[in-house]
Amino acid sequence: MTPLDRLESQSVYILREAFNRIDRLAMLWSLGKDSNVMIWLAKKAFFGHVPFPVMHVDTGKKFQEMYAFRDRYAKEWNLNLIVEDCPPYAATDPTLPPNARSGQRKTLGLRAAIAKHGFTGIIAGIRRDEEATRAKERVFSPRGDAGHWDFKDQPPEFWDQFNTDLPKGTHLRVHPLLHWTELDIWHYVRREGIPVIDLYFAPSPGEPGRRQPGKRYRSLGDEDITFPIDSTAATLDEIIAELEATKTPERAGRAMDRETEDAFERLRAEGYM
Amino acid sequence: MPRSELAAPRDQLRIVIVGHVDHGKSTLVGRLIHDTGSLPEGKFEAIKAMCERRGMPFEWAFLMDAFQAERDQGITIDTAQIWLRTRHRDYVIIDAPGHREFIKNMVTGAATADAALVLIDAAQGIQQQSRFHGFLLNLLGIRQVAVVVNKMDMIGFAQARFDEIRDAYTRYLDGIGFGARYVIPVSARNGDNITERAASMRWYEGPTVIEALASLRPTPRPVDLPLRLPVQDVYKFDERRIIVGRIETGRLRVGDRVLFSPSNKTAHVAGIEGWNVVAPPIEAEAGQAVGITLDEQLFVERGAVISLHDDPPIETNVFRGRLFWLGRQPLAAGQDYRLRVATREVPVRVQQIERLYDTEDLSDRGGAAEVPRHGVADVILRTRAILALDEAHALPQTGRFVLSDGVNIVAGGIVDMKGYPNQRDALTVKASNLYTVKHRIGAEHRATRNGHRGGVLWFTGLSGSGKSTLAMAVEQELFQRGYNVYVLDGDNVRQGLNANLGFSPEDRAENIRRVGEVAALFADAGLITITSFISPYRADRRRAREAAKEAFHEVYVRADLATCEQRDPKGLYRKARRGEIPEFTGISAPYEEPEAAELIVDTKLLSVEESVARIVDYVESRFIIARSAVRD
Repeated sequence: MTPLDRLESQSVYILREAFNRIDRLAMLWSLGKDSNVMIWLAKKAFFGHVPFPVMHVDTGKKFQEMYAFRDRYAKEWNLNLIVEDCPPYAATDPTLPPNARSGQRKTLGLRAAIAKHGFTGIIAGIRRDEEATRAKERVFSPRGDAGHWDFKDQPPEFWDQFNTDLPKGTHLRVHPLLHWTELDIWHYVRREGIPVIDLYFAPSPGEPGRRQPGKRYRSLGDEDITFPIDSTAATLDEIIAELEATKTPERAGRAMDRETEDAFERLRAEGYM
Repeated sequence: MPRSELAAPRDQLRIVIVGHVDHGKSTLVGRLIHDTGSLPEGKFEAIKAMCERRGMPFEWAFLMDAFQAERDQGITIDTAQIWLRTRHRDYVIIDAPGHREFIKNMVTGAATADAALVLIDAAQGIQQQSRFHGFLLNLLGIRQVAVVVNKMDMIGFAQARFDEIRDAYTRYLDGIGFGARYVIPVSARNGDNITERAASMRWYEGPTVIEALASLRPTPRPVDLPLRLPVQDVYKFDERRIIVGRIETGRLRVGDRVLFSPSNKTAHVAGIEGWNVVAPPIEAEAGQAVGITLDEQLFVERGAVISLHDDPPIETNVFRGRLFWLGRQPLAAGQDYRLRVATREVPVRVQQIERLYDTEDLSDRGGAAEVPRHGVADVILRTRAILALDEAHALPQTGRFVLSDGVNIVAGGIVDMKGYPNQRDALTVKASNLYTVKHRIGAEHRATRNGHRGGVLWFTGLSGSGKSTLAMAVEQELFQRGYNVYVLDGDNVRQGLNANLGFSPEDRAENIRRVGEVAALFADAGLITITSFISPYRADRRRAREAAKEAFHEVYVRADLATCEQRDPKGLYRKARRGEIPEFTGISAPYEEPEAAELIVDTKLLSVEESVARIVDYVESRFIIARSAVRD
């Protein structure tokens, strides 16, 4: 087994545990590279099928390329797609910094969607290497009322025995990509030929379209609070080579992460992915 | 860049950093990440800003202490992971909390590691969690350990102090049964002996931390052990019925004849399924999450264990677990939990707490009624259902278990079967094409002619409790009263029917199985059959009861161990105490008392005559056919 085989195998095991142990399960699809890999892994785990709904919690402010991608692959991959809206900016916590309030729209939208559909398990594509509070996550993470994360008192989780019995009114977050790195994701996208949105690539010289020359997105969020990085990487190989060398963190272009010391921690404690 | 330099991700080694609170674990991690150039851009400045905001000197621990509460209190609450890249290899560094309150988080972090670094503060020396973490590493199955003696700058880089800590701690690890590969003196804060050899400690000739890491090896995948594939689920998304699970040990090939335990059904592997693969695989090995199809439709459920036919797992409903307890309430004897072994989950009862361990000095504190939070103990666990499992020393992956309180995991442990038999042979009917032939003479005809029913009086009790004495006396008394009666006695049967059996737990189980079957046949033939065997295991007696059905009467010949040892009619206890008889019931092997015996005869309180009278009364009231009933 190669390192990629091992990562894949662990994720497949986690997805199968979630499917066996959780009654009302849904997978979050943000349309980014990680959640595409996650859907791909589900098709591996369930032999070409995705046997639960795939949910896009839509802020309404994504790039137009992302909506086109969603509509195309929902059909092509035969997904049971659920799209749920987010409440307006005005409904968010005014004590949060402005960009974090944009992030909180998604938390509130997710909370409402979970209540509406009665989901008891939400599969999310977060990774430990993305961000420091995510590095402290469990694979099966119990969430209290309203999706709250009690990060100061997480249950033990070892030997791939997961805490899957949960009190009524709560739900589980399942994180099948927790052990992957950004570089692993790109290696796997290349090996498997997984489609990703072209916003991740710098345009080739003279290529038509609205992408800026010498720029690409490393991480995708709402269009108004996500910024491209300087890069000429126009192919998967070039992206991998760039990431092998870089020391810039992946979410450097995501404004909501670092407005204040604890802004992102607060977002995550109340249920952000 | 040419494609060859873009080869797939490099292999990585997972290292957990453990040790007592405040001995500098998070600082060491920060140092390692920084000194190997693995720190992301902007992170150093971010940490600096956090420290300035708090008016404190630069604190490396803030790299991993992601929670505001951790930074404000200066304490690591939960485990975190960070990636470290060196020229030779990538590492996942797992930071584990050292505070006693957060042992559950330390276990969570450490369980996935290939190797561990145990940190010890040179000034404070070995503390409670330094020892306890070492003990837990061993239970978690981590065998590669390096010890880092930190804060050498605080003790003026004194070699004598270092030697003292090194000797004491390696002695402790030896006591648990594993050694430390290296003991390295460092100052994490100054970066001494982390990636660069320190001028301050020229007396030290061993490796730096980064050199020690380079010498550690990834845990080899157990492909050469017997096959174990616990069934995770069964899918029927299309025309295929696919059994899925992860191969924990060994290899599996298309065409293999596989055995499902504990159902003991067999089938051949028809195919190994995949999606988006070039060609369906014909072989799979340990670590792979697979899906297989069979050549015949068996009813298979989650929790069954697939093995090859000639090397199956143990089957039992009782075993000893050495466990660490994480629950907030103590674990208590007699309490019920949920047991998980691989993908199987069943209710379990804690039958007994055999011994508590003192993890400070590794002493055995004997039996107890409770295991306190963070206690380590050997407990006897009993389930109703038969389990398929292995002993941890042979197959760690299927030889470990967790307990759950119905919501959260509260314990982890490893399986030890010493003193308990593998029940597999007793459960397996080997011959096939058997049909039950019906007698023309029924039990009622025999009873009518004899004037009494047939049945089994199953005497059980410790050696020296008086079983044989009572059996022979009861036989004589009943015979004189006109009963057809016969005694099957342990020593006599072992000279003939069971001459090929020894005293291993398996042979003892087989000895009892044969006696149970013979007694049932005698009872069916109309005899009152008295069996006189220690028969210490409930599972064996339950099988004997199943063989004779309602004709079975369990008679507990009760006397406590001290009384029996004092009587010692055959001198066996003295030999057992000298260690000359291994696995002697009551001394070095368990006796499981009956839960619901039909009759209890306490030979400590009753004389032989009184005991015989009680048993004969019991027989007179249960076995005689009333004359009127005979005539009807």
